[in-house]
Amino acid sequence: MGNRIEKRIELNAPVSRVWRALTDTREFGEWFRVKLDGPFVPGQTSRGHITYPGYEHVPWVAVVQKMEPERLFSFTWHPYSVDPETDYSQEPSTLVEFRLQETAGGTLLLLTESGFENIPSHRRLEAFRRNDGGWTEQMKNIESYVAPGS
Amino acid sequence: MTAARRAHVPVFAALADETRLSLVARLGDGQPRSIAHLTRGSRLTRQAITKHLRVLEKAAIVHSVRAGRESLFELDPAPIDEIRKYLDLVSGQWDQALSRLKSFAES
Repeated sequence: MGNRIEKRIELNAPVSRVWRALTDTREFGEWFRVKLDGPFVPGQTSRGHITYPGYEHVPWVAVVQKMEPERLFSFTWHPYSVDPETDYSQEPSTLVEFRLQETAGGTLLLLTESGFENIPSHRRLEAFRRNDGGWTEQMKNIESYVAPGS
Repeated sequence: MTAARRAHVPVFAALADETRLSLVARLGDGQPRSIAHLTRGSRLTRQAITKHLRVLEKAAIVHSVRAGRESLFELDPAPIDEIRKYLDLVSGQWDQALSRLKSFAES
Protein backbone atom coordinates (compact mmCIF):
# COMPACT_ATOMS: atom_id res chain seq x y z
CA MET A 1 0.00 0.00 0.00
CA GLY A 2 1.21 3.49 -0.84
CA ASN A 3 -0.24 6.92 -0.38
CA ARG A 4 -1.02 6.84 -4.05
CA ILE A 5 -2.84 4.72 -6.55
CA GLU A 6 -0.92 3.79 -9.68
CA LYS A 7 -2.31 2.07 -12.76
CA ARG A 8 -0.86 1.34 -16.14
CA ILE A 9 -2.87 0.15 -19.07
CA GLU A 10 -2.02 -0.50 -22.73
CA LEU A 11 -4.55 0.73 -25.24
CA ASN A 12 -4.62 -0.44 -28.84
CA ALA A 13 -5.34 3.07 -30.05
CA PRO A 14 -3.12 5.96 -31.11
CA VAL A 15 -2.13 8.59 -28.55
CA SER A 16 -4.26 11.21 -30.32
CA ARG A 17 -7.32 8.98 -29.93
CA VAL A 18 -6.71 8.38 -26.22
CA TRP A 19 -6.03 12.08 -25.65
CA ARG A 20 -9.41 12.91 -27.15
CA ALA A 21 -11.16 10.27 -25.03
CA LEU A 22 -9.58 11.87 -21.95
CA THR A 23 -10.02 15.55 -22.66
CA ASP A 24 -13.10 15.93 -24.85
CA THR A 25 -15.74 16.29 -22.16
CA ARG A 26 -18.39 14.40 -24.09
CA GLU A 27 -16.03 11.49 -24.72
CA PHE A 28 -14.68 11.58 -21.16
CA GLY A 29 -18.26 11.43 -19.94
CA GLU A 30 -18.97 8.33 -22.03
CA TRP A 31 -16.50 6.06 -20.29
CA PHE A 32 -16.21 7.83 -16.95
CA ARG A 33 -19.98 8.03 -16.76
CA VAL A 34 -20.39 11.70 -16.02
CA LYS A 35 -22.28 14.49 -17.75
CA LEU A 36 -20.14 17.61 -17.77
CA ASP A 37 -21.47 21.16 -18.07
CA GLY A 38 -18.59 22.58 -20.10
CA PRO A 39 -15.13 21.90 -21.56
CA PHE A 40 -12.02 21.20 -19.51
CA VAL A 41 -9.94 24.35 -19.07
CA PRO A 42 -6.73 24.38 -16.98
CA GLY A 43 -7.18 26.29 -13.75
CA GLN A 44 -10.95 26.14 -13.95
CA THR A 45 -13.48 24.12 -12.01
CA SER A 46 -15.25 21.47 -14.03
CA ARG A 47 -18.81 20.71 -12.97
CA GLY A 48 -21.39 18.13 -13.88
CA HIS A 49 -23.04 15.07 -12.46
CA ILE A 50 -22.29 11.38 -12.38
CA THR A 51 -24.32 9.19 -14.74
CA TYR A 52 -23.19 5.88 -13.25
CA PRO A 53 -26.34 3.90 -12.36
CA GLY A 54 -27.19 4.39 -8.72
CA TYR A 55 -24.95 7.45 -8.36
CA GLU A 56 -26.93 9.93 -10.49
CA HIS A 57 -27.42 12.19 -7.45
CA VAL A 58 -23.67 12.70 -7.15
CA PRO A 59 -22.24 15.94 -8.50
CA TRP A 60 -18.91 15.95 -10.32
CA VAL A 61 -16.56 18.72 -9.22
CA ALA A 62 -12.91 18.80 -10.21
CA VAL A 63 -10.33 21.50 -10.82
CA VAL A 64 -8.43 20.97 -14.05
CA GLN A 65 -4.69 21.35 -13.47
CA LYS A 66 -2.65 20.56 -16.57
CA MET A 67 -3.44 19.83 -20.18
CA GLU A 68 -0.24 19.14 -22.12
CA PRO A 69 -1.56 17.79 -25.44
CA GLU A 70 -1.08 14.04 -25.87
CA ARG A 71 1.20 13.93 -22.80
CA LEU A 72 -0.46 14.89 -19.55
CA PHE A 73 -3.96 15.61 -18.30
CA SER A 74 -4.49 16.24 -14.59
CA PHE A 75 -7.13 17.43 -12.18
CA THR A 76 -7.74 17.60 -8.45
CA TRP A 77 -10.95 16.35 -6.87
CA HIS A 78 -12.45 14.76 -3.79
CA PRO A 79 -12.42 11.02 -4.33
CA TYR A 80 -15.54 9.00 -3.59
CA SER A 81 -17.57 12.04 -2.54
CA VAL A 82 -20.92 10.34 -2.94
CA ASP A 83 -22.96 11.65 -0.02
CA PRO A 84 -25.12 14.60 -1.16
CA GLU A 85 -25.53 15.73 2.47
CA THR A 86 -21.81 16.24 2.92
CA ASP A 87 -19.79 19.29 2.01
CA TYR A 88 -16.55 17.82 0.72
CA SER A 89 -14.92 21.15 -0.04
CA GLN A 90 -13.03 21.12 3.25
CA GLU A 91 -11.84 17.55 2.84
CA PRO A 92 -8.52 16.58 1.34
CA SER A 93 -8.39 16.69 -2.41
CA THR A 94 -6.31 14.29 -4.41
CA LEU A 95 -4.43 14.82 -7.66
CA VAL A 96 -5.35 12.61 -10.61
CA GLU A 97 -2.82 12.46 -13.44
CA PHE A 98 -3.13 10.72 -16.78
CA ARG A 99 0.19 10.38 -18.62
CA LEU A 100 0.33 9.12 -22.17
CA GLN A 101 3.23 7.40 -23.92
CA GLU A 102 3.34 6.19 -27.49
CA THR A 103 4.13 2.49 -27.83
CA ALA A 104 4.50 0.09 -30.78
CA GLY A 105 0.97 -1.17 -30.19
CA GLY A 106 -0.66 2.17 -29.45
CA THR A 107 -0.65 4.01 -26.14
CA LEU A 108 0.58 3.33 -22.66
CA LEU A 109 -1.60 5.15 -20.16
CA LEU A 110 -0.27 5.77 -16.67
CA LEU A 111 -2.76 6.87 -14.08
CA THR A 112 -1.83 8.09 -10.63
CA GLU A 113 -4.03 9.41 -7.87
CA SER A 114 -2.00 10.92 -5.07
CA GLY A 115 -2.31 13.11 -2.00
CA PHE A 116 -4.53 11.00 0.22
CA GLU A 117 -2.58 12.27 3.22
CA ASN A 118 -3.27 15.93 2.48
CA ILE A 119 -5.42 17.82 4.87
CA PRO A 120 -6.47 21.45 4.64
CA SER A 121 -3.98 22.79 7.12
CA HIS A 122 -1.10 24.78 5.68
CA ARG A 123 1.37 23.83 8.33
CA ARG A 124 0.69 20.16 7.88
CA LEU A 125 0.78 20.42 4.12
CA GLU A 126 4.30 21.75 4.40
CA ALA A 127 5.29 18.83 6.60
CA PHE A 128 3.86 16.37 4.10
CA ARG A 129 5.82 17.90 1.25
CA ARG A 130 9.03 17.47 3.15
CA ASN A 131 8.24 13.87 3.91
CA ASP A 132 6.94 12.87 0.53
CA GLY A 133 10.04 10.93 -0.45
CA GLY A 134 10.13 8.02 1.93
CA TRP A 135 6.43 7.43 2.19
CA THR A 136 5.71 4.90 -0.52
CA GLU A 137 8.65 2.71 0.38
CA GLN A 138 7.87 2.92 4.06
CA MET A 139 4.25 1.99 3.62
CA LYS A 140 5.26 -1.13 1.71
CA ASN A 141 7.33 -2.11 4.69
CA ILE A 142 4.54 -1.41 7.11
CA GLU A 143 2.03 -3.42 5.19
CA SER A 144 3.93 -6.59 5.95
CA TYR A 145 4.14 -5.61 9.61
CA VAL A 146 0.45 -5.04 10.05
CA ALA A 147 -0.89 -7.69 7.68
CA PRO A 148 -3.40 -9.90 9.48
CA GLY A 149 -1.81 -13.03 10.82
CA SER A 150 1.76 -11.71 10.76
CA MET B 1 -19.04 5.20 4.32
CA THR B 2 -18.75 8.96 4.61
CA ALA B 3 -18.07 8.94 8.32
CA ALA B 4 -15.58 6.14 7.83
CA ARG B 5 -13.99 8.04 5.00
CA ARG B 6 -13.63 11.16 7.09
CA ALA B 7 -12.02 9.06 9.78
CA HIS B 8 -9.29 8.13 7.30
CA VAL B 9 -8.00 11.67 7.04
CA PRO B 10 -6.26 11.85 10.43
CA VAL B 11 -4.81 8.38 9.87
CA PHE B 12 -3.28 9.36 6.52
CA ALA B 13 -2.07 12.58 8.10
CA ALA B 14 -0.55 10.88 11.14
CA LEU B 15 1.32 8.43 8.94
CA ALA B 16 2.68 11.07 6.59
CA ASP B 17 5.91 11.41 8.53
CA GLU B 18 9.00 9.24 8.41
CA THR B 19 9.61 9.19 12.14
CA ARG B 20 6.06 8.12 12.83
CA LEU B 21 6.20 5.49 10.10
CA SER B 22 9.33 4.05 11.65
CA LEU B 23 7.66 4.03 15.08
CA VAL B 24 4.72 2.15 13.59
CA ALA B 25 7.13 -0.28 11.98
CA ARG B 26 8.95 -0.85 15.28
CA LEU B 27 5.66 -1.50 17.07
CA GLY B 28 4.45 -3.69 14.23
CA ASP B 29 5.19 -7.00 15.96
CA GLY B 30 2.47 -6.22 18.49
CA GLN B 31 4.84 -5.90 21.46
CA PRO B 32 4.25 -2.84 23.69
CA ARG B 33 7.38 -0.73 24.08
CA SER B 34 8.47 2.10 26.34
CA ILE B 35 9.38 5.59 25.15
CA ALA B 36 12.94 4.95 26.31
CA HIS B 37 13.10 1.82 24.18
CA LEU B 38 11.63 3.60 21.15
CA THR B 39 14.08 6.51 21.57
CA ARG B 40 17.08 4.18 21.57
CA GLY B 41 18.81 4.14 18.19
CA SER B 42 17.01 7.29 17.10
CA ARG B 43 18.63 10.65 16.46
CA LEU B 44 15.64 12.30 18.10
CA THR B 45 15.19 13.23 21.74
CA ARG B 46 12.83 11.48 24.08
CA GLN B 47 10.59 14.57 23.97
CA ALA B 48 10.42 14.50 20.18
CA ILE B 49 9.60 10.79 20.13
CA THR B 50 6.91 11.37 22.75
CA LYS B 51 5.37 14.09 20.60
CA HIS B 52 5.24 11.76 17.60
CA LEU B 53 3.71 9.00 19.71
CA ARG B 54 1.00 11.41 20.87
CA VAL B 55 0.13 12.20 17.24
CA LEU B 56 -0.20 8.48 16.53
CA GLU B 57 -2.23 8.07 19.70
CA LYS B 58 -4.63 10.83 18.66
CA ALA B 59 -5.25 9.00 15.38
CA ALA B 60 -5.81 5.79 17.39
CA ILE B 61 -2.93 4.07 15.63
CA VAL B 62 -1.21 3.44 18.97
CA HIS B 63 -2.40 3.50 22.54
CA SER B 64 -0.49 3.60 25.79
CA VAL B 65 -0.68 1.15 28.64
CA ARG B 66 0.74 1.69 32.12
CA ALA B 67 3.39 -0.68 33.33
CA GLY B 68 4.47 0.42 36.79
CA ARG B 69 5.90 3.92 36.47
CA GLU B 70 6.33 3.63 32.71
CA SER B 71 4.01 4.19 29.77
CA LEU B 72 4.24 1.53 27.12
CA PHE B 73 2.97 2.10 23.60
CA GLU B 74 1.19 -0.55 21.62
CA LEU B 75 0.11 -0.59 17.96
CA ASP B 76 -3.52 -0.97 16.91
CA PRO B 77 -3.46 -2.18 13.29
CA ALA B 78 -7.18 -1.46 12.67
CA PRO B 79 -6.91 2.17 11.44
CA ILE B 80 -4.14 1.26 8.98
CA ASP B 81 -6.19 -1.68 7.81
CA GLU B 82 -9.13 0.67 7.26
CA ILE B 83 -7.21 3.08 5.05
CA ARG B 84 -5.88 0.16 3.05
CA LYS B 85 -9.47 -0.96 2.44
CA TYR B 86 -10.41 2.57 1.42
CA LEU B 87 -7.52 2.76 -1.06
CA ASP B 88 -8.52 -0.67 -2.40
CA LEU B 89 -12.03 0.67 -3.01
CA VAL B 90 -10.82 3.76 -4.90
CA SER B 91 -8.33 1.58 -6.75
CA GLY B 92 -11.08 -0.83 -7.83
CA GLN B 93 -13.15 2.05 -9.18
CA TRP B 94 -10.22 3.14 -11.33
CA ASP B 95 -9.81 -0.41 -12.66
CA GLN B 96 -13.42 -0.33 -13.83
CA ALA B 97 -13.19 3.18 -15.30
CA LEU B 98 -9.97 2.40 -17.17
CA SER B 99 -11.37 -0.80 -18.59
CA ARG B 100 -14.35 1.22 -19.90
CA LEU B 101 -11.90 3.76 -21.35
CA LYS B 102 -10.02 0.94 -23.08
CA SER B 103 -13.12 -0.45 -24.79
CA PHE B 104 -14.25 3.07 -25.64
CA ALA B 105 -10.96 4.22 -27.21
CA GLU B 106 -10.34 0.93 -29.03
CA SER B 107 -13.76 0.68 -30.66
